[in-house]
Amino acid sequence: MRVTSLRFVLRAAILATVLSAAARVDSAEPGHSRQALAARTEHGGVAAKAEYCTDCHGPSGQGYHGYLTMPRLAGQTPEYIENQLRSFAERSRERDLFINMGRVHGLSPDMRAAMAAHFRGLDPRPIGGGPRNLLGTGKRIYDEGIPEANIPACAACHGPDAKGQEAIPRLAGQLYAYTVKELTNWDRERGQSPARDDTSAVMTPIARALSPAQVSAIAAYLSYLR
Amino acid sequence: MRITGLTIAILAMISTAGPSPAGDGAPTWVRNCTWCHGTSGHGYANAPELAGQRHQYIENQLLDFHNHVRDNPFSQQYMWGAAANLNAQTARDLAVYFSLLPPKPANDGVGELAAIGREIYLEGIPEINIVPCAACHGPNAEGVRDIPRLGGLSYAYLKRRLEQWGQGYHAAAPPPMPRIAGKLPPDQIEALASYLSFVR
Repeated sequence: MRVTSLRFVLRAAILATVLSAAARVDSAEPGHSRQALAARTEHGGVAAKAEYCTDCHGPSGQGYHGYLTMPRLAGQTPEYIENQLRSFAERSRERDLFINMGRVHGLSPDMRAAMAAHFRGLDPRPIGGGPRNLLGTGKRIYDEGIPEANIPACAACHGPDAKGQEAIPRLAGQLYAYTVKELTNWDRERGQSPARDDTSAVMTPIARALSPAQVSAIAAYLSYLR
Repeated sequence: MRITGLTIAILAMISTAGPSPAGDGAPTWVRNCTWCHGTSGHGYANAPELAGQRHQYIENQLLDFHNHVRDNPFSQQYMWGAAANLNAQTARDLAVYFSLLPPKPANDGVGELAAIGREIYLEGIPEINIVPCAACHGPNAEGVRDIPRLGGLSYAYLKRRLEQWGQGYHAAAPPPMPRIAGKLPPDQIEALASYLSFVR
């Protein structure tokens, strides 16, 4: 209860910051410089920017299967979303993709916070899609890890209900294909900027140690988790 | 997928007759399409190319014509009638048939706009909240599953489709296309349609 109200206060504070920034731009900048216009468009357009995100990530942020698999954002921790947006902008995540992920995800710090707060509050049903026969194995690995292979329980960091906390992402309801892709390609997608210290390094040895079958099982279990 | 007699006949024809199989021996249903879409399915005048299109996409569109969900002016004029007596199995067979024909780019866009169109296709226009087309339609506009191939479709067709979403036609198409197309400025639509017409 206490955590919830704290989150509410935080979200209100973020929105207040964004809105007051928008007001400042409107009153203090009567000119039409490109910078001013861009700033006004962005600050005035929290709703439009949220729509832009959902054009790829699904109408309720539940994720979407296009040519690329667009991950679920709904219910994600704000810290994680902001960190990823910054990683894309700094080209430390998926920098060799055919799409310029830095440009596509390029938002001001205020807008990053506003988007993170927006998706935090959404709670659509998970898309699911993982093989159902793997759910038992997936749950066991998630809850207990694989001690003989030195793989810790996912639940130890991501929480027993996979809701994540702060910089540690929520995994519940994530698309099956997305979780499989991330765990399979971890080294090649994350932490690609040597100049930037990246929390993604924590996952590197774990992702490497998991077999493809174990990855599938974990991803299947998470894909149905509410 | 259930394999029907028609599917088998079609597959046999493709394997023996090569890329231009819609001649005298083609089933009536195929010939009814090729009057307008061309014997090789490369499209003609207002009728878009079907050759190489994703079969799930063709099937969905045929059902949308049948159910009057796709309500663009030419759809009402031509395709509502053409799809009026179509059953689900024939729609599926036709979709598979045309998807297996080799596509050929229309190459009819404005050459000088292709570079701008390519940039929009691959990167979107984030400043005005346009997402990159490539995220869903693929790096070479090849489409995937029920998401259509766009590469090589004619300039006029692509331009018209994008404009008509902005005018409110086919509003019940799967999101997000009606909304994205409605946000695209006219000159950016021309650039995109130009680029895509050259993609092979």
